[in-house]
Parts: sequence; structure tokens; C-alpha cells
Amino acid sequence: MTAAADPVTQPPDNPSNNNVGVELQDSEESRKVIEAIVADNPAATLSHRPGLVRVSVPGRLVVRRETVEGLLGRPWETHEFQMCIVTYYGHIGEWDEDEIVIAWDHSS
Amino acid sequence: MPKLSMKQRYSVLTRDLDWEPSYVDEEELFPHATFEGIKIHDWSKWEDPFRLTVDSYYKYQAEKDRRLYAVLDSFAQSQGHLSLSDASYLNAMKLFLQGVTPLEYQAHRHFAYLGRHLKGGGPRFAAICQSIDELRHAQTEIHTLSGYNKHYSGFHGFSRMHDRVWYLSVPKSFFDDAVSAGPFEFLTAISFSFEYLLTNLLFVPFMSGASFNGDLPTMTFGFSAQSDESRHMTLGLESIKFMLEQDEGNVPIVQDWIDKWFWRSYRVTALVASMMDYQLPRRVMSWKEAFELYFEQQMLEGLFPDLSYYGINPPRHVQQAVDEKDLLSHQVYWTLFSFGFAAGFTTSIPHDDHLEWLSANYPDTFDNLYRPQWEKARRIREGGGRFFFQGLPQLCQTCQIPMIFTEPGSPTVIAQRWSEHRGEKFNFCSDGCKWIFDREPEKYVQAWMPVHQIYQGNCGGPTVPEVLAWYGLEEGDGGEYEGSVDQRNWQHWHEAQLSEVASR
Repeated sequence: MTAAADPVTQPPDNPSNNNVGVELQDSEESRKVIEAIVADNPAATLSHRPGLVRVSVPGRLVVRRETVEGLLGRPWETHEFQMCIVTYYGHIGEWDEDEIVIAWDHSS
Repeated sequence: MPKLSMKQRYSVLTRDLDWEPSYVDEEELFPHATFEGIKIHDWSKWEDPFRLTVDSYYKYQAEKDRRLYAVLDSFAQSQGHLSLSDASYLNAMKLFLQGVTPLEYQAHRHFAYLGRHLKGGGPRFAAICQSIDELRHAQTEIHTLSGYNKHYSGFHGFSRMHDRVWYLSVPKSFFDDAVSAGPFEFLTAISFSFEYLLTNLLFVPFMSGASFNGDLPTMTFGFSAQSDESRHMTLGLESIKFMLEQDEGNVPIVQDWIDKWFWRSYRVTALVASMMDYQLPRRVMSWKEAFELYFEQQMLEGLFPDLSYYGINPPRHVQQAVDEKDLLSHQVYWTLFSFGFAAGFTTSIPHDDHLEWLSANYPDTFDNLYRPQWEKARRIREGGGRFFFQGLPQLCQTCQIPMIFTEPGSPTVIAQRWSEHRGEKFNFCSDGCKWIFDREPEKYVQAWMPVHQIYQGNCGGPTVPEVLAWYGLEEGDGGEYEGSVDQRNWQHWHEAQLSEVASR
């Protein structure tokens, strides 16, 4: 058995009460997707759990195809996001060929 | 031909394949669409944010399966089961296979029904995809865990156990309740309450626990299934919003269903709570922490303020769930430990470091309420015994969990509620379960109650061995972990490995 990172001591999400977020598999491919999300959502906070990375953003989270493609160095269609998403919270407001937007509809 | 945009493709490949009936009327074609009182004026207003079409559905689902089967092969080829944290970890997976996998199959069947009976082309297509997803989940879970069946007890006969064993009637009766409701109530029950409100509490802890305890195949099927789950969550939230937007008269009906199904779903998660805090040799997060993050923060602070726009309130009885978060897992695991002679997994007294972890994570309750129980069990063991409860417990008529939960604010007083119906008395574990019964007594009086069935002579016979044989339980499936077949094998395999290394 090897020692693993302590999964308990992780930074909390932003202390905002209208956070939205996604949890992605901690894999080679999703690492670039996560980098893209952080680049496009400067207020994002990351936390790690075994096998998982949680990304949380106040208000609105966007995943942009162009940013992901730039980091992956290959074409990437937004449907491919299904391959790394584990769960999310918020409401999927938009999912087209250029971007995926997660936000609450009616909260301020 | 120019390439269509995702929106156009979605429209062409789902909505455009729908048609208006000409030689039968709509009532006849969709006979279950109206009896629940939900009014839909325009089915075309249904949104599917995933814009999933059949071609991309198959493309990505096939890729997900390819990845999973590659992992299953390499894990089996490398004797991966020996690198688990401990054989006792697999108790969590036995509970999963017995309790959850058969629900996936039930969901497959019922979403196929929705794919026939919902009136709009968009939701019908979403339901068909989910039906195929659920079948894939049932199959991949069985296939993944079958690898352990070669080496460990408790994995055989899960389907028979699901239909018969007492604690498995909790998830089974929950789903039976949902599939015997109308299509809109089912959407609120399963798609919204089970899969949106509580999905993270149900599934993510199993998967992260698998990852942390060296169970690569389960982690992989879990993540593979969860990627579908985010689509299912979307269907759940969309269906709620759609009903609320279509007619103001739908709001009180939906609120009632949310009140009912939050509590029904929450009671099922009690089994997950005990799994997280007691069954994992290496623990990822406590039930309390998961509940605060995934339910209080994401749902009570995020989702419900959003739904208040439609006039929807947080679920009735939600405060009791919040108040119970320091108690729930301890009460449930103690029950599983006490009745462990009749279970399809083993239980044991937590080790010292585990007790310390429980104290640290439950500073307000563990040392004063629950540690003394474990110390007592330990004294019994030191005297050569094992504490098992003698006799059968009274069950809650609604959730079918034994009456183990305590009065709000009094953690040492067992709560007991009851109602009278047609001259008979029915018992409940909580205000939530009583409220649910009182809304639909004619439904819940029909419940198949495992303890009543034993007393009525329908479970193999009057003695414990006869009932266990009827459950399909074999030597080593249940009881105490220390000294069990699984533990002895585990030690034997690892000693064999060590002596092989030493002799090189």
C-alpha cells in the first residue's frame, strides 16, 4: 500500500451561495479540459478527491471548444465533454458546438 | 451537403421524426398522459440541453464501453484483486450489487415505458437513451463485479437476494413505489429527486471510495456510468422546470411529489451513509461532510433558491435530514452489525484508528453516543462472543427500515409514529414516512414487509437457518468479518505472496 494524498483537507468552494460546478475524472485528457476551464473562468477554484477533480465557479461556468482545442492540440467537439464529466451542479443553459454553459436560471 | 449545426441536427434527428397521429386520437395513443392532473399545453417547449442525437449517442457510448473493458481485462490479468486495501472493502460492493444494480435494471424497463408514453418527441428520445443507459449500467456492473465472485463470498445470487433479503427491501420497495406511479410522478421521483437531488450522495462516494481502496474496475464503471448520469440529472431538472412552466396548476402537484420523493430517496441513502463511514477501510469523506457539500450547499443553497422562482419550496421534512447528519450512519451501521447474521455481507467492530476517525468527524455525537456501543461489543468479543440481536425488528411501513431512528432533538429516544387505516395500525420511523403513508394509505398497506412475511410463514420456515436458506445465503456471506472465509483467504493469499518474495 502506498501513502495517498489526504482527501479530506481540501480548500472549500468559494464562499458564494450561487456556485455552479462540475466534477471531472482525474485523467490525462480531462487535465487539459480543466486547464481550459480555469483559463476561461478566472474565479474557478479546484479541489481534488480520489479519482476526481472538482471545479467550482460563482454564478456561471463556461467550457469553450477553442480553448480546449488549443490546449489539446487537436480538434475536440463539445460532445466529448461527456467522456470526462462525472457530475455537475447548476443548470446546463447552453450546449452547442462552441461552448457549454452551466448557470442557475433564476438566482441572482 | 453543408454540415448542420448541433441545434439543427438535434431538430432533424429527434423532433422531425415525430408525427401527428391520423387514424387514432391522441387520448388513445397516450392513455397515461393526463390522469395525474399535470397539464401540458405545448410539448415542443421541452428543452434538451445536451442536444443528443442517436449517432453521437452510439459513438460515445461505444467508446465508454471500450475503455471499461480494457480496464477489466488488465485488472483480471494482473491479479488486481490482491491490491485492494483489504478484503473487507468488498462489503461495500456487495451492498452495491445487491441493492443498486437491480434498480438500474428496473430503471431500464421503466424508461422504456416513458419512451413509449410521454407525449413529446424530445422527452421520448431522452427517455429511450436513458433506458439504454440503464441497461448498460446493469450489465457493466454485473460484469465488473463478477470478477470478484471468483474469489469472494456474497456476490453470487444478488438478484434473488434483492427480491428476498430484509435490508434490500428498502431500495426494492422504493423503486416499486416509483414504477407504480404515473409517468410524471416517476420523472419527479427518479429523474429529479433520486438522480438530481441525491445522485452525488448515492454514487460519487462509491466511486471515490473505490478509487481510494484500489478498486480500479468499480471506479471505472462508476465514472463510465456517472458520465451518463449527468445527462440523467439534466433530464430530471428539465422535466421539473417543464412541468412548472407549462401550467401554474402543476406547481402544487409537483411540490407534493418533491416532498414525498425527497424523503423516500433520502431514507434509501441511509445505507450509503453507513457504507461511507463504516465499510471503507480507507475513507474518503464522512457522510456528514458529503451531505453538507452535495446536499446543503449545492441543493439547499443553489437549486432551491433557483426553483423558488416557480413557487417551489425546499422539501417538507428537509430539516430533519439536516438535523440527523451526525446520527444517521451510526444508527444504520449498528443495525447492520446487530442483524449481520442475516446479511449478504460481513460486518465488524471498527479498529482503533477507525474509531478515532469517527470521533474526529463526529465530535458532537460519536464519543458520547456511539463509542460506548462499540466498546461493549468489544468486551463481548474479548469474552469469546459476538453481539447479535436476538429476534426480529419492527419495520417502518413506508421506508421498510427497522425502527431505529431517534426523536428529533433526543438522540437516545427511538421515534415511533403510527396511523390507523381500516381498523389496522401501521408504524413509521419518522414524521416524513407517516406523512407519505397518510397521503396514499391504500398504496402502502400493500407493502411486502420482510419481517411480517417471515411471521406469516412465507420465507422458508420459522427458524433462522431456514430463512437464510430461502434468502440464498451461504456460509461466509454474512456474519462477522474477523475469522470469515474472506478474511482467512485474504491472509492466506498475502502470506503466500510474501513467502514467495522471501524465497527469491
